[in-house]
Amino acid sequence: MPTETVELHGHIIDSLTLPKVLDEVMNYGGTFEIIEITIGHRREDSSQARVRVSAPAQEILDTILSRIKQLGAAPVLEKDAVLVPADRDGTFPENFYCTTNLQTFIRCQERWLEVARPEMDCGIWVDPDRKHAATMPIHLVKKGDRIIVGHQGIRVTPLERSPERNVFEFMASSVSSEKPKGIVIKEVSAQIRAAKKEGGRVMVVAGPAVVHTGAGTHLERLIEAGWVDVLFTGNALAVHDIEQALYGTSLGIYLEKGIPAKEGHEHHMRAINTIRRAGGIRPAVEQGILKSGIMAACVRKGIEFVLAGSIRDDGPLPEVTTDMVSAQDALRKVLPGMSVCVMIATMLHSIAAGNLLPASVKLVCVDINPAVVTKLTDRGSFQAVGLVTDVEPFLRELWKNLTE
Amino acid sequence: MCPPDYYRIEYEINPWMDRRRRPADTSLAVKQWQALYARLTTLGATVKLLTPVPGLPDLVFTANAGLVAGEKFIRSNFRFPQRQREIPVFETWFKERGCRILPLPAAACFEGEGDALPVGKTLFAGYRMRSDIQSHQTIGEILGCEVLSLELADPRFYHLDTCFCPLDGRTALYFPEAFDEYGRKVVAASVSELIPVAAEDALRFGCNAIMVGKDVVLQAGCEGLNRDLRRRGFTVHELDLSEFHKAGGSAKCLVLRLN
Repeated sequence: MPTETVELHGHIIDSLTLPKVLDEVMNYGGTFEIIEITIGHRREDSSQARVRVSAPAQEILDTILSRIKQLGAAPVLEKDAVLVPADRDGTFPENFYCTTNLQTFIRCQERWLEVARPEMDCGIWVDPDRKHAATMPIHLVKKGDRIIVGHQGIRVTPLERSPERNVFEFMASSVSSEKPKGIVIKEVSAQIRAAKKEGGRVMVVAGPAVVHTGAGTHLERLIEAGWVDVLFTGNALAVHDIEQALYGTSLGIYLEKGIPAKEGHEHHMRAINTIRRAGGIRPAVEQGILKSGIMAACVRKGIEFVLAGSIRDDGPLPEVTTDMVSAQDALRKVLPGMSVCVMIATMLHSIAAGNLLPASVKLVCVDINPAVVTKLTDRGSFQAVGLVTDVEPFLRELWKNLTE
Repeated sequence: MCPPDYYRIEYEINPWMDRRRRPADTSLAVKQWQALYARLTTLGATVKLLTPVPGLPDLVFTANAGLVAGEKFIRSNFRFPQRQREIPVFETWFKERGCRILPLPAAACFEGEGDALPVGKTLFAGYRMRSDIQSHQTIGEILGCEVLSLELADPRFYHLDTCFCPLDGRTALYFPEAFDEYGRKVVAASVSELIPVAAEDALRFGCNAIMVGKDVVLQAGCEGLNRDLRRRGFTVHELDLSEFHKAGGSAKCLVLRLN
């Protein structure tokens, strides 16, 4: 949101100049925040106020600023952010500005530019015309790229709290297994509905426990019903989902009966082999080899999926990206427009997604282990709502709520 | 005061001025001015004169020269270039009389007593049409007093002295419609006794009055206002200053208070 900080001096209280300025900001459709106010002690002492004025569009802000300038509210002179060209590929200049995952603006040629794609732990790159700024991960820096150094001319917007109290406020504070799960799941489904209604996107980050616990069908249904836009997972979920589709087992156990299958321990390797022979998950679905399960649903529905591997992977499946930096880049590509991210039973993939997502995206982290949620928030994704529960009842309940 | 020897309507910088349809009669203006001068001296005021300068028709409105505080002269920054040429004339006059000239920041317009009038220890200051609010804080610092800024809402009342007039330390005349709701609240909260002036009297420049003790000198014909003033124990002196109305000024605009 375009924002400018203004200052007022003088007998602004008794003259009603300050209330008048604030009223005018609102009359023209803006909002304000008083950052600082010093009130004179004696009648002849003047007062000072520093007010941050925001408006839904730059033109509205300009109108507000020109009106309140007549009332003595002058923009605080702020200096442009400092740009330094990178002296080599893959590194930032010394003293580079390190980003947060919050909405950020930089001052450039006396205007505030919003930094595209908020992401933590990046630098800020500015195009040569100085009309566009974006976060840049360190490995993508090219020699000569103009990168912001220092803290001058940078403004970070704290997350706005909605006037209505919701689960993302009162649940986000601490992680506990003793929370009313039904209410949280209801709220999560309401957020997903709201996001979809506004054209936002929903990402599910899931671990293999989704399949092991028999919750795969719930996720498959959610995908089929169009509630999921992106699936981010690893090799394991895909392998066990496919194993179940081809053999009815997950890690050799019949999910329906709960007993081991004969030679069941080989099933996952045979599943991997089948998919590799078909040329990948997508070709396997197209050839009619893979007909059910989460991955098949993704292919049928044209859902984007990103599979990022790990060192303990078997196979892996052909679509799995094993170079982690490439996997991060692949994930970055599918993130624009994301509104809600549901992270289910996976620690590393959840943290990886949390690292790349702006703070404005609502995160729901579901895990049987409270430490996973704690780790996620400790790594900077402070906006996450934690839900300590088994994943099967969570997905079952979520499906129920979304289909009601 | 400055005699109106060169007073004419030579340009149009407020809604009252109309060179073609309402030209000023200089000889009549001189007569009206002399009557004002005579009345003020009769009432016991000491009047000092500024020599008129050809080509500066509005020099006659000395109220806009600046603000006098003891030996200090806070010099005006006129909004319009036509009047900016008066600045050196006023400055020289005050310098020659040993005053310290205090200019205001160039970026902020200020038109002297036209937009700054004290009630007791508080200075009421108008802004938007001719003066900028940015000048008020500096003035407050120089004078060491509270400055209450009032936004002027009607272009016909483009200076504070056309719609507000302190009568003594606790009473003032004002035309409420010349201010917005905030201004009216501020005035109501800070002046103990307010005399609202009706539109017909305000448009006759009734608020542009000069105080000499309990005597009020103002344009003739403001009947309602005169009644209110007399009821409060003031003596009203009515004069015809209609030639000056053509330039948007009346009695008060023609004088600058020196002490």
